[in-house]
Amino acid sequence: MVHVTATPVLALRGVSKRFGAVQALTEVELEVHSGEVVALVGDNGAGKSTLVKTIAGVHPIDDGVIEWEGRPVLIGRPQDAQNLGIATVYQDLALCDNIDVVGNLYLGRELRSWGVLNEVEMERRSRELLTTLSIRIPSVRIPIASLSGGQRQTVAIARSMLGEPKLVILDEPTAALGVEQTAQVLDLVERLRERGLAVLLISHNMADVKAVADKVAVLRLGTNNGVFDVASTSQEEIIAAITGATDNAVTRRASRTVEVQK
Amino acid sequence: MTTENTSPSLDKAARGGQAPAPVDAPAAADGAVTAIDPRLLVREQGFGGYLTEFKRKIRAGDLGAIPVVVGLIIIWAIFGSLNSNFLTAENLSNISVAMVGTGMIAVGIVFVLLLGEIDLSVGSVSGVAGATFAVLSVTHGMADWLAFVLAILTGTAAGAVHGFFFARIGVPAFAVTLAGLLFWSGFMLQLLGDSGTVNLSADSLVAKLTTYYFTDVAAAYGLAVVAVAVFFLTSFFESRRREAAGVPSRPLSETILRSALLAVVAFVVAALFNQYKGLPLAVVIFLAVLVITDFVLRRTSYGRQVFALGGSVEASRRAGINVALVRISIFSLAGTFAAVGGLFIASKIAAANQGAGSGDLLMNAIAAAVIGGTSLFGGRGRTWNALLGVLVIVSIQYGLALQGIASPIQNMITGAVLLATVVIDAVTRKTQKAAGRA
Repeated sequence: MVHVTATPVLALRGVSKRFGAVQALTEVELEVHSGEVVALVGDNGAGKSTLVKTIAGVHPIDDGVIEWEGRPVLIGRPQDAQNLGIATVYQDLALCDNIDVVGNLYLGRELRSWGVLNEVEMERRSRELLTTLSIRIPSVRIPIASLSGGQRQTVAIARSMLGEPKLVILDEPTAALGVEQTAQVLDLVERLRERGLAVLLISHNMADVKAVADKVAVLRLGTNNGVFDVASTSQEEIIAAITGATDNAVTRRASRTVEVQK
Repeated sequence: MTTENTSPSLDKAARGGQAPAPVDAPAAADGAVTAIDPRLLVREQGFGGYLTEFKRKIRAGDLGAIPVVVGLIIIWAIFGSLNSNFLTAENLSNISVAMVGTGMIAVGIVFVLLLGEIDLSVGSVSGVAGATFAVLSVTHGMADWLAFVLAILTGTAAGAVHGFFFARIGVPAFAVTLAGLLFWSGFMLQLLGDSGTVNLSADSLVAKLTTYYFTDVAAAYGLAVVAVAVFFLTSFFESRRREAAGVPSRPLSETILRSALLAVVAFVVAALFNQYKGLPLAVVIFLAVLVITDFVLRRTSYGRQVFALGGSVEASRRAGINVALVRISIFSLAGTFAAVGGLFIASKIAAANQGAGSGDLLMNAIAAAVIGGTSLFGGRGRTWNALLGVLVIVSIQYGLALQGIASPIQNMITGAVLLATVVIDAVTRKTQKAAGRA
């Protein structure tokens, strides 16, 4: 069903990041292919947000290589990430409550004709985009304030799609949402995958992760703690990786035998 | 999981959440609306739909200009019944000319309020502009037009300084402009020197601002005709363009109704002006400023950035808006309009004196913007609010003056009106929150 390309859209090779005395990320490896949803999970302070911010260009990396479609790239500023085709939807959606949906979708990249806003074209394209993503909102001409939390989240995600990205990073998209709204957002994540985008989904909610992700990358204390295939892994195993419960004598012996076999 | 490709299929457009535009069967519009989700707001076609939406907006607390228009009618009715001289062409014409100075300052205040900030220096800056013109033109004999431009640029520069300290250094706008209030009022006194008053000759450019009238009857009616025609044609072609693009458009009946309303107001006002001295130049300039600023705010990227900053600074920054630049430009605009207003005020008294820009001018300008419906919390308002608000304030001033009521009482009444307005603002905000529109 899911077509996965050979070369990952984004690959992190041995990425490290320090903040003063704190080693936030150590030698982190991560691969995201197009048409694939990779969930990034981990306990608080595991380095999820830091990792996302290094990809989004908020914090430049100290060591390691970021590869984009197989080529090593430097991401020093948020614009660099945007130019590559990385769209990030932050937890605090960054929408203006007082402006309508069309205005928010096109904020900072308004369509103009002769210097004047081309409202008609923006509205037409907004409706088209929302329809393609099957996003239902009462009207594209009402202020964001009128929308529910889930609808706002879908608008924020739709907004990231306007730049025609190849990788969409969603930071806790369902954290503050109810059941129905979470379902809407998860539907949208699946639609992004169907459109052939790579999705990096940060979540605390195992049920969400199991529902939409193809792979789960676990971070623990700033290092990789396993990448799991969702279909063939139980929730307990993933949680064990998050909490570090796997780090016992048995697993250490098992990992040693794997290394010996290599 | 659906299996369709990425292009928007017609099938999806037809059953999507938005009300599908009935392209081929406008007559069956009501029946053709088959939204899946009953919560969606589907605007019915035609006049009935307009009424329904209007009622829904009122219930949701989206009152717009209604409270201030109703208030204005009440104020005029009261003063008209108290004194037969109030509702005369002469008095209303004088009110219209007198309001322009404060109104111009209020336009600048609207811009600042849209950011959710405040500018307390506009009164002093307006005084500086008047004094600058008077000193350059009268004392130094500079050409009127050059002195005029320099006076306005003084305001722009003062505003830019406030904006710099606010946007770049990060001092609260309240504190910066409070310092500006003191500094510029002192600066004005220094400019005027020992004599304290510089009189303007009756034929100077600034004096003409409020004394010139287009006496030809055709001028006022012509402007009314042009205004209505431009309004109708732009609305009409906008609707046509929207229809062609398949997005919801305003029905023709609504466009005609709005144009007819505008026509009634425009021709009544024109007839009033023509009964007295004709169309005042000051009013023409004020209306032109309002049309241009309204266009800039609602139809350009710059205006969108202003509203975005009033909504969420962080969201604006992430959208790539140059926050500091927009902030500095807004304070420069506020300074510019304060200077323009100051010249109109100097024109009204044909002099620049030590009292200019002090007293209740600052409070009246802010009150006008707020009474007109600009939100104190940023992100909501139009420059037309300045017109409605200043009409209310100047009407009260003139009405009470006609009754021979002293200015302490005037201040108390203006204060009460301002309080009533902000109460309405707060209450409608509550209603809007409940209806999810704030």
